[in-house]
Amino acid sequence: MTRLNHKHTTLEAAIAAIPDGASIMVGGFGTPGTPCALLDELLAQGQKRLTLIKNDANEPDIGIGPLIRAGRVERLITSHIGLNRVAIEEMNQGRLAVEIHPQGLLAEKIRCAGAGHYGFLTDIGLGTEIGEGRREIDCDGRTWAIEPAIRADFALVHADLADTYGNLVYRGTAINFNPLMAMAADRVIAQAYRVEAPGRLAPASIHTPCAFVSQVVQIAPAADRPGDHAHAV
Amino acid sequence: MPSDQQHILARAAKEVAAGQIVNLGIGLPTRLFHYLPPDMEVLVHSENGVLGCQPLEGDAEPDLEMIDSGGAYIGTRPGASVFDSALSFAMIRRSRVDVTFMGAFEVDQQGNLANWKIPGKFSPGIGGAMELAQKVRRLVVLCSHNDKHGNAKILRQCRLPLTARHCISTIITEKAVMNVTEAGLEVVDIAEGLDVASLRAATEAELIIDEHRLGRF
Repeated sequence: MTRLNHKHTTLEAAIAAIPDGASIMVGGFGTPGTPCALLDELLAQGQKRLTLIKNDANEPDIGIGPLIRAGRVERLITSHIGLNRVAIEEMNQGRLAVEIHPQGLLAEKIRCAGAGHYGFLTDIGLGTEIGEGRREIDCDGRTWAIEPAIRADFALVHADLADTYGNLVYRGTAINFNPLMAMAADRVIAQAYRVEAPGRLAPASIHTPCAFVSQVVQIAPAADRPGDHAHAV
Repeated sequence: MPSDQQHILARAAKEVAAGQIVNLGIGLPTRLFHYLPPDMEVLVHSENGVLGCQPLEGDAEPDLEMIDSGGAYIGTRPGASVFDSALSFAMIRRSRVDVTFMGAFEVDQQGNLANWKIPGKFSPGIGGAMELAQKVRRLVVLCSHNDKHGNAKILRQCRLPLTARHCISTIITEKAVMNVTEAGLEVVDIAEGLDVASLRAATEAELIIDEHRLGRF
């Protein structure tokens, strides 16, 4: 066994590495790309006082919804929680701290951590309430806000395909925040519908190279996840 | 007799030109797709990470990993691409999206937009609205002219927290089409059967109206 080929593991073992109080990035925009099997295991194992970083709060019974409902999440860093009435209620009751960032800034803050930078300069949100409280700097005659990067202890990501080295391929709009988060956390746990032997995935098709990925877990095909609110227009 | 929303959408479709990249906001603007000519060569961007999405055909089996930012299952047209969230917003911030359509709680005659928060009542987060409003080349607001209590939504100065400043190009309501100009809010079209005095009475903002050039819609 080498560092490269011991990554293929079980749901239980992968999630057991997460302690109480951990900060965890969670992929997904709505249901697609949400690592539901990893989150269900996290719910079953009982870790608490978690800080989650996720684009949205899913819906009450999907993804991070049950963790919020069970009071296991102390803080949520996100862009929008409008589809999860339980999360809104927990926030309004003061039981869940919610930190809202504009979606593109949230993505870029995560991308920036993954690229090894402190942060970036932007003109997004200058002069608005949501942009208040940021440090500003003048460069080349214009004012910019400083946006520090966001990292985390763990990232839970959903891929379509993986290999046992940890190379990942995403599919469709399930890609969203996953490749960004897979570079921005100290330890990255990926779920995938298939985990192949090295060499089975075409090198040019790989979105996240294995260097960033700590563990891969094979999961059953989804298909029957309940409660999708998604609908045809 | 079309409903107010149908009236707004039919007029809004004229703001899209062939060859454009278009973003449709959640809610009413998403339905604009059905008002565009079926053969029009337009790429619809959805900020969750797709360029070239289109509604699913009636009985098509949905792909569970293909949605738009409103959560609807989507298909794609020839020339479509999918990408991650950072790239999707790079496309927005670099103004590669030609026009975006959004709803509003309030707008004002400076072209300011408020559509994400009503303090104490509604604050689920801002999503992608801020960057879309600030950086897409043209922002067209589609909204009712007044709220459900009859209060003005087209104001002299927004009262709610802003999504972005000086960002709106055009406002389309069931009563009027208004362009934001240096001089203020200029009415270009007024609804069939509505007179100028009634329009002014329903509007808090000052309106610039040249009755000789006024269109009907």
